Amino acid sequence: MSEEKPRRIAIIALNGSLDQAYPPLILASTAVAMDMEAAIFFSFYGLDIIKKNACLKVSPIGNAAAPPPFPSIPIGVPNIMGMLPGMTSVATMMMKSWMNKAGVASYEKLLEACMKSGVRMIGYQMTMDVMSVKKEDLIDGIEIGGASTFLDYACDADITLAF
Amino acid sequence: MQVVKVLDCKGKCCPEPILDIKNALKELNSGDIVELLATDKGSVNDMASWAKRTGNTIVEQKEDGGVFTFYVKKK
Repeated sequence: MSEEKPRRIAIIALNGSLDQAYPPLILASTAVAMDMEAAIFFSFYGLDIIKKNACLKVSPIGNAAAPPPFPSIPIGVPNIMGMLPGMTSVATMMMKSWMNKAGVASYEKLLEACMKSGVRMIGYQMTMDVMSVKKEDLIDGIEIGGASTFLDYACDADITLAF
Repeated sequence: MQVVKVLDCKGKCCPEPILDIKNALKELNSGDIVELLATDKGSVNDMASWAKRTGNTIVEQKEDGGVFTFYVKKK
């Protein structure tokens, strides 16, 4: 397959919560490991994933599919409790401990895998302006681009996904 | 079968075994065989898909007590 033009995946990452950072990073890093080309276009809250010292969190509010915090008690956290100060940190800690227990790589590790393996990481300029994110706020090695940058790449992609 | 490198991915989840095998092959020559150990049940299908796409060969695989062993030959 090496003689052929490599397959290509173009991904848009729109969300910056801990759980939603995983799919784009997993698919892009795996694509490169499968001899494909990959790019992630980070837009709006997705920019949080590539910020320096990012500290992604997961919210306990409004997620009907959130598992109960204690497996022995099959009750999820009521939204009104999730609204209490500190609950986002608690939910984030729990999510991280579940992931750690399952042996899932941290998003930082997957991000590093993307950067090292040559995934094109593109911050969307317009949303950076809207969200007051400067290039120096982002980790090193991020390209800056706009809609046509993404479309130019995606025109030759076999797979295009948005998260 | 002469194994030139053993890759222990036990306890690691998707997609790490795939990322690890890709990185391991970078330093090796065509025809070299890597032994990859994994406990991720998804790795059976994932390794097959990865091999199909990349052109590397899984020359042998087995399971023993929840540990999957793959012998991967670099193309």
